[in-house]
Amino acid sequence: MESLIYLIPIALVLGLLALFAFLWALKSGQYDDMEGAANRILFDDDAPIAQKKEEPKKDAKDQD
Amino acid sequence: MTAPQAAGDIGTGPGGACLHCGEPVPQGSAGGAQFCCSGCHAAYEMIQGMGLESYYQRRCLDPDQPSMRPDDEDTRFDFQAFADTDDQGVTTLHLMVEGLQCAACVWLIETVLRKQPGVQHARINMTTRRLVLKWNANEADAEQLIGAVTHLGYRLAPYDPSLISAENQQREKQLLRAMVVAGFAAGNVMMFSVSVWAGKDMGEFTRNSMHWLSALIALPAIAYAARPFFHSAITALKAGRTNMDVPISLAVILASTMSLVETVRMSEHVYFDSAVSLVFFLLIGRYLDSRARGRARAAGENLMGLKARAVTILADDGSREVAPPERLKPAMKFLVAAGERIAADGVVLSGESDIDTSLINGESVPVQARCGEKVFAGTLNLSGPITVEVTQTGEDTLLSEIVRLMEAAEDARAKYVALADRVARLYAPTVHTLAASAFLGWWLIAGLGWQDSLMIAIAVLIITCPCALGLAVPAVQVVAGGRLLQRGILLKTGTALERLASVDVAVFDKTGTLTRGTPQWVNRDAISEDDIHLATSLAIVSKHPLSRALSREVSGVPAAEGVEEAPGSGLKLMTADGEVRLGRRGWCGVDEDGEHAEAELWLARPNAAPVRFAFSDQVRIDAAQTIAALKAQGIDVMLLSGDRQAAVAAAAKDAGIDDWHAELKPADKVDRLSALAEQGKNVMMVGDGLNDAPALATAHVSLSPSSAADVSQTAADVIFQGDKLAPVLEALHVAKYADKLIKQNFALSFAYNAATIPMALAGFVTPLIAAIAMSTSSLVVISNSLRLGLGKGFTLKRQTDSQSNKPVQPAAQKET
Repeated sequence: MESLIYLIPIALVLGLLALFAFLWALKSGQYDDMEGAANRILFDDDAPIAQKKEEPKKDAKDQD
Repeated sequence: MTAPQAAGDIGTGPGGACLHCGEPVPQGSAGGAQFCCSGCHAAYEMIQGMGLESYYQRRCLDPDQPSMRPDDEDTRFDFQAFADTDDQGVTTLHLMVEGLQCAACVWLIETVLRKQPGVQHARINMTTRRLVLKWNANEADAEQLIGAVTHLGYRLAPYDPSLISAENQQREKQLLRAMVVAGFAAGNVMMFSVSVWAGKDMGEFTRNSMHWLSALIALPAIAYAARPFFHSAITALKAGRTNMDVPISLAVILASTMSLVETVRMSEHVYFDSAVSLVFFLLIGRYLDSRARGRARAAGENLMGLKARAVTILADDGSREVAPPERLKPAMKFLVAAGERIAADGVVLSGESDIDTSLINGESVPVQARCGEKVFAGTLNLSGPITVEVTQTGEDTLLSEIVRLMEAAEDARAKYVALADRVARLYAPTVHTLAASAFLGWWLIAGLGWQDSLMIAIAVLIITCPCALGLAVPAVQVVAGGRLLQRGILLKTGTALERLASVDVAVFDKTGTLTRGTPQWVNRDAISEDDIHLATSLAIVSKHPLSRALSREVSGVPAAEGVEEAPGSGLKLMTADGEVRLGRRGWCGVDEDGEHAEAELWLARPNAAPVRFAFSDQVRIDAAQTIAALKAQGIDVMLLSGDRQAAVAAAAKDAGIDDWHAELKPADKVDRLSALAEQGKNVMMVGDGLNDAPALATAHVSLSPSSAADVSQTAADVIFQGDKLAPVLEALHVAKYADKLIKQNFALSFAYNAATIPMALAGFVTPLIAAIAMSTSSLVVISNSLRLGLGKGFTLKRQTDSQSNKPVQPAAQKET
C-alpha cells in the first residue's frame, strides 16, 4: 500500500503534463487546420520555410 | 490578368483533356493542342518554369470544385486596403482561396508564393481555405504576388480577419479547452473510483484518501469546465425560462457539493466521477455542435467574400478609383467591363452591350443595353464596356424591394424550433419534478435522513441527465454535415437537415436551377454546313453566351482573322465579297417582329438570305431523373418561373414537371408558397435568382446552386456546387437518414432512462451503476450516429447509370 504514495502522484503528474502539452498545442494553433496537417505530410520533400533560398535547386534535384 | 484569346468553354472537343485544368480542349484552341485556352498554357509554363511540374502528378482534380482554368471574368479587389504593414515593412494580407482541388494545390500555391521575391510567410489553412501572406513591402507589391496565384487558375479575395467570426472561434476553442480539462479530470477521478469499487477489502483510511484526491481533481475541473453550462443556465433563469442546462448545472453542482459533504462524513459513496464524466460527455456534444456550425459558417463566409467585388468609380475629372460597391452614391459614375457584374441600379451613359438579367428575373435571353437604358444591380454585362450613372440606392431599387419581401418571410420562419429544443422544453420540467419528488418521497414519506434522500435525488438527476440526449443531435449533424460537404453541399443553418427531412412539396425555379442558365444551340439540322462553318469562325472570337454556345457545338473550325465585335449588336468580318455579320436580327438586316420565343443569332452574308441560329436554355442533364426520383419519393414537384410561358412550358416538359407556372413576379412566388404552407405542406424551394430570394426565405427549407445571386445564397439553407441537380437528392437522402438516426438516438436514450430512472428512484443506483449507464448510453448514441458516415450514398452514379427515368426507390428505405 505504501507504493501508492509514489504511484498516485506520478500518475497525476504525468496526466497533468499531457494536459498542459495539449493546451499548449491548442494555443499555438496546431489544431486550427486538421485537414491541412493531415495532408501536408504527403509533401515532405519540400524544403522547410527557413531554407527557402535553396528551394529551387533542391526541387530540381527532386524531380530527377 | 491573362485573358484567354478564344472562347474555350466546357465542350466536347476531340482533343482530350487540357493539361492544366483537365477540361476538354476545344478545336482551334488558342492554347494549342494540349490546352483549352492560352491562360492554361501560360499557367502550365509558369509551373514548369519554377520546376514544380510534379504538381500535376500529385494532384487529383475534384469534379465538384470550380475549374482550374484561369478565368477571364475579371475580379478586382482593392488589395491594398486590406494589407496591413508593420513598422519593419512586413505586410500581412489575409485572403480567401477559391478553386483548391486537393492538398497538392495548397502545396503549389504556398511554394509559388514563397518563390516570389520578398515573401516571408505563405500558409493556407486547408480547413477554412484561407491564406495568410506576409511579405516585405519594399520588395514586392500585393498585385504582383496575387497575380502569380490567379494566373494558375485560383481566385483570391482579401478579407478582414478581425471581422470574421473571431468571437465564434474563440468560443469554440474555449469549449475544446473545457472538454480536454473535463476529460483529464474524468479519467483520473475514474482511476480512483474504480479502485474504490474494486477494493472491497480496502481500509477506510485508503478509501477516504481516494475520495479526497478525487475531490481535489474534480472540483477545480468542474469549476472550470462546466462554465458554459452555468452561463447558459443563468441566462435562461434570468429570462424566466428553463433550458437543458438548468438540470445539468443543478445535477453537477448538487452532486459535487453533496459528494464533498459525504467525503467529510467519510461515507462509502461519492459521485465525483459521475459529475465529471457528465460534464465531459456533454462537452463533447457541445463541441461537435459548435464545430458543425463553425464549418458551415466559414464556408459561407468564403462564398460571400469571393463575390464581394470592387467597382471602378469614375470621378468627374476622369480619374478612376477602385473601391468597394458600398461607396457608390446616386449620380456617381462607374465603369463596368465586359464580364463584370453591375454593382448598382443605374442608367447607361455610354457604351453598348448585352446584359444577362437571368439572376434578376429568370429571363434566359440577354437584353441589349444602349445609352439611356436602365440596368439593375446584380446583372451581368456581357459584351462591351459601359459607363453607368447610379440612379438609386434607396427604397426604390429592385434589390431593396426583394430584400423587404425576404425579411418579412424570414421573420415568419424564425419561429421554427429545433427538435432538440422541443425535447428540452419537455425534458427540463420532467427531470426537476422527478428529482424533487424522489427527495420529498424518501425524506417525508419513507422517513429516510435528508442527506440520504438528497443523494437519491442527485442520483436521479445524474441518471436522467441528457448525456445521450445532448449527443443525439450534434453527433448526427456533424457526420451528416461532413458527408455533405465532401460532395460540395453546404449546410448553412443548423436546422436545415431537420426541415429537409419533412419536405413533401419541391418547388423549382427555371433559369439557372432546373436549366443550366446558359443557352444551347438547337436548330443545327436546319442550317447548311458552310453557314455553320462561317458562323463558328466568327463566334469563336466572342465571349457572348450565344457565340459560346455555337462554338461549343462545332469542332474543327479555326477562328477567322480580323473579326470585330460590335458590342450590343454582334460580330463582323470583312471578306473579299463584302461584310459578313453574325448578331442581332435588326443588325443583320432582318425585320424586327417583336416577340421571339427563343434566343437567336442571325448570319448575314453578301448575296444570300440571312440564316437564323436558334438557342434555348436546356434543362440540366440529370433534371428529369432528379424530378422522377423526387416524385418516386412521394414529393410533389412544381415549377415557378419569371420567364415567358413558352420557355417555361418547354423546360417543364423536358424535366417532366406537370405543374408549372410562368411569368411570376417575386411576390407571386411568395404568395404561392404561402398558400402551400397554409395547406400544411412543407415546401422545399430550389432557386438561384434574385427574384427567387423572397421565395427561398418563405419556404420551409431552401436550396441554391453555388452559381446563385448573393442574396439568394444568403436566404438559402443549403448551397450546392456543380452542374447537376442530384445534390438536391443527396441532401434530401442524408437529411432523411439523419432524421431517422436522430430519432433512434432519442429512442435509445429514452429507453435507457426508462430502465434506469426506476432504479434511481428506488435508491439502488450506486456511483458504479451511474458511471456504467452513463458511458454506455453515450457510446451507443455516438456509434449509432457514425453509421451515417459509413452508409452508402445516394450517388449521382446510381442514377445516371440507370440511364432511364424509371423511378428510383426512396433512398432512406434502401439503407436498411
